[in-house]
Amino acid sequence: MHERTITELSKDLAEKKFSSLELTEHFINRIKKYDTKLNSFITITEEHAINQAKKIDSEIAKNKLRPLSGIPIAQKDIFCMKNIKTTCGSKMLENFISPYDSTVVKKLNDAGSIVLGKTNMDEFAMGSSNETSYFGSVKNPWGFDYVPGGSSGGSATSVAAGLAPCATGTDTGGSIRQPASLCGICGIKPTYGRVSRFGMIAFASSLDQAGIFTQTAEDCAIILNQISGFDEKDSTSSKVDVPDYHAACLKKFDSIKIGIPRQFLDGLDDSVKSVFYEAIKILEENNCTVKEINLKNSKLGVSAYQVVAPAECSSNLSRYDGIRFGFRADDVTTIDELYKKSRSQGFGREVKRRILIGTYALSAGYYDAYYLKAQRIRQIITSEFAEAFKEVDLILGPTAPDSAFKIGEKTNDPIAMYLSDIFTVSANLAGIPAMSIPMGFKKNMPLGLQIIGNHFDESKILSLANHFQKLTDWHKKKPVLNEE
Amino acid sequence: MDKKTIIKIADLAKIDIDDSELDEITSSLSKILALVNEMDSVSTEGITPMAHPLNMTQRLRKDEVLEKNQRDELQKK
Repeated sequence: MHERTITELSKDLAEKKFSSLELTEHFINRIKKYDTKLNSFITITEEHAINQAKKIDSEIAKNKLRPLSGIPIAQKDIFCMKNIKTTCGSKMLENFISPYDSTVVKKLNDAGSIVLGKTNMDEFAMGSSNETSYFGSVKNPWGFDYVPGGSSGGSATSVAAGLAPCATGTDTGGSIRQPASLCGICGIKPTYGRVSRFGMIAFASSLDQAGIFTQTAEDCAIILNQISGFDEKDSTSSKVDVPDYHAACLKKFDSIKIGIPRQFLDGLDDSVKSVFYEAIKILEENNCTVKEINLKNSKLGVSAYQVVAPAECSSNLSRYDGIRFGFRADDVTTIDELYKKSRSQGFGREVKRRILIGTYALSAGYYDAYYLKAQRIRQIITSEFAEAFKEVDLILGPTAPDSAFKIGEKTNDPIAMYLSDIFTVSANLAGIPAMSIPMGFKKNMPLGLQIIGNHFDESKILSLANHFQKLTDWHKKKPVLNEE
Repeated sequence: MDKKTIIKIADLAKIDIDDSELDEITSSLSKILALVNEMDSVSTEGITPMAHPLNMTQRLRKDEVLEKNQRDELQKK
């Protein structure tokens, strides 16, 4: 059952080949069997899942079908879920139980899906390897010595290892696409504002966007249909109409123009380059025209990102003060000591590093040189994308500069870690949608193809992704998991 | 970035830094700032700073209470 897509599972459930309860138990058993090693879940919501599945089964018995009736899903532990722990991968929120559902969780529950558990992640989504999690690193199912990417590493591993047919994620600088690439699955970051951020713990509010991980482009479209749309509770939620992504994804593929930024290929690893060119060749032979484009300043994306994201993070995370909720330090005598000890003991190294950088960039005398400068660079990068989209429909490149790196390899080198997001951050700065789909392997480790679209062009992205998956079978490759 | 600045910033951010961590933090933050300073390779004169990806204006709503009081629910142990 775990190798079947959402499309196939929905059909099986509707035809009563197995019940939602059987399907849920199958995945819960797989999690129990494999996740002690993989560590992709922080919380397994078994009781909740069984109850949800029984309820859905009684609906199916009466032929009442919802869009995702009985489909199990893993929720990134950044999405608040009522009465369930939401840790955000941090000691700070180790015992935080949310009193409400985030909009993403609510919409997916209303659609009939079953929550298997909350997945592991870099602390407060700050990281590219899942190693900053307070709950331990997550293993890449393609090689247990390797990172799954981050920050949504647990979600990516759970889908790649067949512990869940789909999972939610969030992407601030590549946190969905980079792990999707490193784990050999599909992951989409929609346009900023497409999916509500309500109840999604904030990292960098002008960059954060929710999205999903699945095995196929079609499955991605199915879930995106459910989570997209305006939300009164998110002040930056978009009112742009939501098209039927599923229909758009399956529609006969029209010929399109693809742009490849030469800056994405300069100095790129040879193996990654040849796998990428092979993918482009397949598209060129099948209804796509390819042209080189110029995104001259895209490489400054990481620099601008390292100002904008920490600045917003330092502001967002000031709410964790040991007073209202979250970790509170013992043995304090003054209020200042309470703040400082709670924050110093509750946050991990990377989170503190980013709070410090952000505080510095926003502090008196430095604001113009850092924050305003970064916002100007952001404007330049966005304009370059806008210019490019006058000439091409979609922009393609590798998702990450290389395949997964080893656990521990970059933990003491923050710059090397940040540069693993070099191809992904620009889409967040510009607020445009982008997706990663499997395009091949380097020494048995997966590589992702990034498809970037203009604002609200998710349909075009999904259509091309589906087209590519009809021509290749990279998305059908599965890692071999050993018993235990 | 020197140690004195780090101590001042940490105080502003309400984060305690242990003396044993100070060297590592100073060195990693200096490296991050060097990466950030690559922005200076491009002139941004006359460019409007971009605060928001969709250039939206903040949506306003009526000042009405929409949620019921959940105090008991939120305070339960």
